[in-house]
Amino acid sequence: MAFLGAIVTCGAAQESPYIVTYDHYLEEPGSLEVEYFSTFGTQRPGNDFHAFWTEFEYGATAWWTTEAYFDGQTTFNDSTIFTGFRWENRFRLLQLEHFINPVLYLEYEQISGADKIMKEVEGHDVEADHAIPNAVARKEHDHEVESKLLLSKTFRGWNIAENTIATKNLTGGNPWEFGYAIGASRPLALKASSKRCNLCWENFVVGLEMYGGLGDRHRFGLHDTSHYLAPVASWNLPSDWTLRLSPGFGLNDNSHRFLLRWGVSREFSGFGSSIGSMIGRMFGGSR
Amino acid sequence: MTLTRITTKKFAALAAGKGGGVRSAPARPLTVCLSALVLAFSLSLAAQQKQKSSAGKDGVYAPLAKTPAKALASKNPLKNDPDAVTAGEKLFGLHCAECHGDMAQGGRKGPSLLVSEVQQAPPGALFWILSNGVVRRGMPVWSKLPEPQRWQIVSYIKSLSPSSQAPADGWKPPSDPDSTKK
Repeated sequence: MAFLGAIVTCGAAQESPYIVTYDHYLEEPGSLEVEYFSTFGTQRPGNDFHAFWTEFEYGATAWWTTEAYFDGQTTFNDSTIFTGFRWENRFRLLQLEHFINPVLYLEYEQISGADKIMKEVEGHDVEADHAIPNAVARKEHDHEVESKLLLSKTFRGWNIAENTIATKNLTGGNPWEFGYAIGASRPLALKASSKRCNLCWENFVVGLEMYGGLGDRHRFGLHDTSHYLAPVASWNLPSDWTLRLSPGFGLNDNSHRFLLRWGVSREFSGFGSSIGSMIGRMFGGSR
Repeated sequence: MTLTRITTKKFAALAAGKGGGVRSAPARPLTVCLSALVLAFSLSLAAQQKQKSSAGKDGVYAPLAKTPAKALASKNPLKNDPDAVTAGEKLFGLHCAECHGDMAQGGRKGPSLLVSEVQQAPPGALFWILSNGVVRRGMPVWSKLPEPQRWQIVSYIKSLSPSSQAPADGWKPPSDPDSTKK
């Protein structure tokens, strides 16, 4: 991060507080956002866990954002392991803002069965899946393609977002699995204060998100899967750091009783052009 | 419990090392993914370069001409707010200066906002551009900022030049080269 800070300037983050739900806003072109997220989860029966991921989010253009994730987890009284990586892309489908704004999300992931970051809930994901010891679960390797239709709207400071998820595990003959995430959030103040400040009300965004599975192609529905309700909050600092916090609560017996999620991120504006200039200089260009 | 049975069965298969979906992870997908990331980064640099070269001086302000009449007519509700310009200056520094320059004089990625096309444009046109972005030319959508904050930025931009005090009635939208091509 020190290296990144040395080559790029800061621009301000204005990040949503959601951990699972996506709104329709993409990364600014040429900006790189480096994020770290943690999820602490309670486990019945078995050992509680701490899952984490690092995310590199880059604004390729104003209509395309690409991201790489690297996942890992620690299961208490068990072990700490790397659980896989994901490559995600989001494409803005319409140029102008509309009543509802759609974004297409496409992701490829190669993760092990021990992955517990719960970036989304899909199919018949249940708490018992995470009770398997790491040494066993990590032997399962999943190659998944995941698509989402992200719908979002911001009106009078309120953001409302809905994501529909469809996932196909390319390993074996698994059926398409489905999931959902919905969220609503609002800054604590709509007008900005005239002073540069860390604790201004407009720097805080609070909201609520709900996410869960919708079964698969053969058994579609809200049953036999897990669902969560989670208040969310983010604190956008003028120094370009964003902190997020979200306690999540399982809504049925298939869900973890409690998830505590938090994250920290920093945006590096002008990353793309700085790297481009550097490459240009290295090869004797005139940039 | 069906779900418990499924999980237990999966567990047993995995423990025995003969799960249906169990196999060693090939290293190739990681290579493919990293290559794709490099390709994506290269493509984005090329796209940004193309945007720079295609957005000549004549066309760069053309999106203002596409402002709908309803948006053109909207008034700045913070026009008489004494703090709006100062707050707008702060927001401009946080969100806009990276592309348009610290003094809105124009930067590597964004055009100058001190020119007459912008300074004499109705506040509603600037608000509309800010809300919708110019996605095709690399300007992101800023509707994630609440409306009052967008108006604060408009107040700041309009305060940058004395010519901005001229009445907007006489404003003619910049010509749109795209429309003449069609």
